[in-house]
Amino acid sequence: LSFSILVKNEEEFVDVLEELMHSGDLGHALRTFSPSPYNGGPPCSAADLPKAVLESQYLRYVIATEKALSLEEVREEASVILEEMSQKLQMGFIRLMAYMLSKVLKRILTGIHVNTEGLNALKQAVQESPVILLPNHRSYLDFLVISYVMFTYDIPVPVIAAGMALSKMRVVGEIISRSGAFFIRRAIGSDKLYWAVLSEYVKTIVRKGFAPVEFYVEGLRSRTLKSLMPKLGMMHMVLEPFFKGEVYDVTLVPVSLSYDRVLEEFLLAQELLGIPKPKESTTGLLKARKVLQEDYGSMHVNFGRPMSVRHLCRGKINRGQYNLVPRDLPQKPSGEVQACVSWLAHLMVRMQEEGALISPWSLMASLLLQAPAAALTEHAHEHTMWTPFSPGKVPEQEVMSSAAALHHSLVRLQAGRVHLVQGEEDEREDPRRPEEDVTKAAVPMLMLACYRNQCLHVFVRPALLAVAIHVTKSVQRDELFAFFCFLRDLFANEFISIPGESSQDFEEACVLLRTCGAVHTSEQEVTVSDVGLEVLPFLQDLLQPFIDSYQVMFRYLCKDGVHVVSEKQFVPAVRNLATKLILSGELHTHEALSSDMQKNVFSALRRLETLTQLKLNEYRVNKAAVGQISDILCESDDLVEEHCYLVLTCELKMRFMPLFVFTAPTEEPHGFSFLFSAPHRW
Amino acid sequence: MYGCSNLMYCISEHAPHSSLQEIMKWNGWGYSDTKFLFNKKGQAEFTGKRYKLSGMIIPALKEWMEGTFGTNMQHKSLATPALTRTAVQPPTLNEAFVEELKSTGVPFSHDAEDRVFRAHGHCLHEIFALREGKVGRVPDLVVWPNCHNDVVKIVELACKHNVCLIPYGGGTSVSSALECPQEETRSIVSVDTSQMNRILWIDEKNLTAHMEAGIVGQDLERLLNESGYCTGHEPDSMEFSSLGGWVATRASGMKKNIYGNIEDLVIHVKMVTPQGVVEKSCQGPRMSTGPDIHHFIMGSEGTLGVVTEVTMKIRPMPEYQKYGSVVFPNFEQGVACLREVARQRCAPASIRLMDNEQFKFGHALKPQVSSMFTSFLEGLKKFYITKFKGFDPDCLCVATLLFEGNREKVLQHEKQVYDIAAKFGGLAAGEDNGQRGYMLTFVIAYLRDLGMDYYVIGESFETSVPWDRVLDICRNVKARIIRECKDKGVQFQPFSTCRVTQTYDAGACVYFYFAFNYRGLSDPVHMFEEVEHAAREEILANGGSLSHHHGVGKLRKAWMRETVSDVGMGMLKSVKDYVDPNNIFGNGNLL
Repeated sequence: LSFSILVKNEEEFVDVLEELMHSGDLGHALRTFSPSPYNGGPPCSAADLPKAVLESQYLRYVIATEKALSLEEVREEASVILEEMSQKLQMGFIRLMAYMLSKVLKRILTGIHVNTEGLNALKQAVQESPVILLPNHRSYLDFLVISYVMFTYDIPVPVIAAGMALSKMRVVGEIISRSGAFFIRRAIGSDKLYWAVLSEYVKTIVRKGFAPVEFYVEGLRSRTLKSLMPKLGMMHMVLEPFFKGEVYDVTLVPVSLSYDRVLEEFLLAQELLGIPKPKESTTGLLKARKVLQEDYGSMHVNFGRPMSVRHLCRGKINRGQYNLVPRDLPQKPSGEVQACVSWLAHLMVRMQEEGALISPWSLMASLLLQAPAAALTEHAHEHTMWTPFSPGKVPEQEVMSSAAALHHSLVRLQAGRVHLVQGEEDEREDPRRPEEDVTKAAVPMLMLACYRNQCLHVFVRPALLAVAIHVTKSVQRDELFAFFCFLRDLFANEFISIPGESSQDFEEACVLLRTCGAVHTSEQEVTVSDVGLEVLPFLQDLLQPFIDSYQVMFRYLCKDGVHVVSEKQFVPAVRNLATKLILSGELHTHEALSSDMQKNVFSALRRLETLTQLKLNEYRVNKAAVGQISDILCESDDLVEEHCYLVLTCELKMRFMPLFVFTAPTEEPHGFSFLFSAPHRW
Repeated sequence: MYGCSNLMYCISEHAPHSSLQEIMKWNGWGYSDTKFLFNKKGQAEFTGKRYKLSGMIIPALKEWMEGTFGTNMQHKSLATPALTRTAVQPPTLNEAFVEELKSTGVPFSHDAEDRVFRAHGHCLHEIFALREGKVGRVPDLVVWPNCHNDVVKIVELACKHNVCLIPYGGGTSVSSALECPQEETRSIVSVDTSQMNRILWIDEKNLTAHMEAGIVGQDLERLLNESGYCTGHEPDSMEFSSLGGWVATRASGMKKNIYGNIEDLVIHVKMVTPQGVVEKSCQGPRMSTGPDIHHFIMGSEGTLGVVTEVTMKIRPMPEYQKYGSVVFPNFEQGVACLREVARQRCAPASIRLMDNEQFKFGHALKPQVSSMFTSFLEGLKKFYITKFKGFDPDCLCVATLLFEGNREKVLQHEKQVYDIAAKFGGLAAGEDNGQRGYMLTFVIAYLRDLGMDYYVIGESFETSVPWDRVLDICRNVKARIIRECKDKGVQFQPFSTCRVTQTYDAGACVYFYFAFNYRGLSDPVHMFEEVEHAAREEILANGGSLSHHHGVGKLRKAWMRETVSDVGMGMLKSVKDYVDPNNIFGNGNLL
């Protein structure tokens, strides 16, 4: 069995840290920073912004509608909000930040690889129109690294929408704010004034082209390293100046950050299991110093091609719709605008995914997770998954060993085999409750799942098709398409796809499977080939944890006595049920314990109107509908028993074009090896 | 009425003399004796004697053209010198119509030059084709009615013999309004109103004057001035455009702030339609008698009939005129100042704001200064503005002003406006700059012909837009033009500039100029039209109107429905259907 990855080296990456060696940390921090700014309007200072916001017609309209307070009081409140929110971008602090980051980053990372082409395009774009940077959010490091890179390459540093929690950190909050972050309260809800001040503030920055605006379109840091359903509020704010003709264009730049190893990996898994995350505080940060003594490998920052909103929205938005009312008048966006914003937000998430670098470790994690759960327990937490193949080729061995070394908390390489480490024996308490065992065992499994998720987006469309083929047992295109859409819709919170582009997704799945020889396609039919018999089970297996976990939750909802649920009570209840099922051997995945997945099911069912809202946070369960969904999915429960020997070649028309070749094993059932030529050091 | 007494022309089958046709270019703008050229020394020169700039050397123009368009004096694209008569289709005559026309004694002609002269306005594509010697569908016959009654006879005959009529005034249309529809199979007759050019009476008690509609702007003003009056209606085309044309297109004049636009000036209109003559019964200054029928006539663009006589308001000539100019550090400040002037309703007779590109362009058109002293002063002024006041020469922009009235009031008014300007960082920049700005209005049209000699094509177009949109529309439309040109493979960035030319209570009129070097492009006119189309789309998307005063013609017809709604379209159509059921006035404009 061999398994190979070819990464087409389309882009040239430079290592920022290596460049740093030449200048020195201090020299770097004090370097001449003279970026070419936006040339579309008169320059504007940070101090001009709050003034412009407070004097804006929009805010005057909003203030006039706040009846409860006097005009003066509302105005006062608005300026308090603005003070709390404002970034105070100062060059001195950016330099200080750069200096500190140089120290830290060099210690924990072996490299920060940045695509030069993307940087150059960004440099150009920043001068031409207001730029919106849209990074994925995987670590607290994300925005720091981006500002750091932009400072290093003489590009105007962005202002960043950051969660309020950060501002509460003493000193650090101040430094962050002076480095260009502005703070947003998490739960804005119905605070109209807050919303108004925030949106006018953001729009003013965009209109004036004060600086690139950066925010996380996913809204939150992804706890699963998988893309999240985008949030539309901020997106709408930055796009509106274009819709209303206040700027000629807005440029969107998706940024993909990929970490070999995520600093917060352990915390992520704990959080997913309901162990609360420590509050963001400066002292907490200092305590986290231990984290800083580890090696986290390198990271890639891939700046996507700048995309013109004007170009993207051609034919989608009639800008004339604002002609008949004052543009400042607070108004609910039209259906057309909402759809367009949503489409763009989803598109950006997909662009982030396409720009992400797939590490061999992520593929290793996918395969490690596919080992049957039963085997995991029987074999005393040791599972030989990998054997180096094709002797004489050094790199793949190195790759494996370096990946194993980097992730030494999860796997160990012994005698050329990768072993899964199942946690250390607990010294303190001996008689543990079996439930606690399950939680403990779940931590590394969820960590593995996170790393698997890093590459999931590559496989998900063909995998959905594979499941559709398996369940429907059909070769009819339209039947498969219908089921594909059902799955795509059901898992819309898990796997991000662009609304309204289901047929494109289906087509993509067909093309990918056809390219690797797994299916034959015609106008009417999609038929599985011999190769497909081996490829498709691998793909189905990839989705199996999701299907199984969803089924557990459906099962809970169909239980007698469950009629009305709230998310608050749903999460622990499902966690209990899943724990029981794992203990009884009925459930083979720990992912059902993940709060992320539980919340996704909740949203999916709300979206499918299987849960109907009674009052705030309370929903009635439509048991018949849940049962129906469960039954449809049920067909896919009896998946792949004997493990995956597979062939898969996917040539992906993406920026990084990974070419996966899984070749079928001959002798060793649990042995995989992989071959690959890596363009950069991993 | 003492108009239609001269029967001299009524016996001829030839074009009447003294027509502008003889002293005007057949394939370019304006008078034949007036043009820009590069003399033997390679300096730009403006020929003729008609304008203040005539006979002068313009030293900076060459460099400006080279810098702005990348033109090269060696690369010329000269026009075909004379019309090849064989290029003109022989006329399709409706014999019965011609026979009966003869009996009326109204002069007419089917001479090729006469027909070609009336087959176009001044859109870029029209002039470009003429310069290449290409002639499309032209009128088959030109008639020169001498008075209202002549028009009545012509229209009756046209209805009787199903002949298509296209009214023709000064020929300055920039909306393809004069183009003969390709699909028209009937005989097309151009009704040239140039002989109907008399002032029939002046009513000093009511301050009105009654004119024949063929009178051209400059003649109207000159004749009224002789009696101490003026209409104050001064569109940029007033040297050539006619009163009837103004009414038919809803024209606007430079000094509308004092005198009003055509719709404010017109008291009474007489129009000959296939259904008969339409006019009001009295000259009351305002009426509440249902929708104003004048508004069916104004802007009808020759689709309903021929405007033959108009009564207009007149004013005593202003005692005192003063030009002025203000320099602003940037366009944003300039617009803010104009907005404030409009808010305070203290706009002078004219106030116009040029953007930076146009300011530089204006500079390039400065004639050679004769005295050392003047050039010293100029240098000092420049130093003061850029170095001392810190204005960025690549950002500053200039407003030109024209004040009119009695001397005392003008000076007072001037102070008020300059005070407002100062609040927006504006510096008074002298009378000369202002006066030159207005003079350029008249010569700028000649410049296009020079450009076309060197592979540069261009056009101006206008819109009206609410105040809060002015800056946005200026920025976006200019950027759109540059972007479209780039996408279409224009090597040298186009000249894309604008100015705010009129202020209103609720908005402003914005003029765009756009020109580029087309050397190396295979179909420049088509490309040009695509860019112009895109620019218009951009205007509409930014809340601008389809037209402020140029009209719709055939060029902007495609957007009429979205502009006035389906029902609005139906209203206009139903008027057309009633007034002209057989589409005698078949120029195909507007609807």
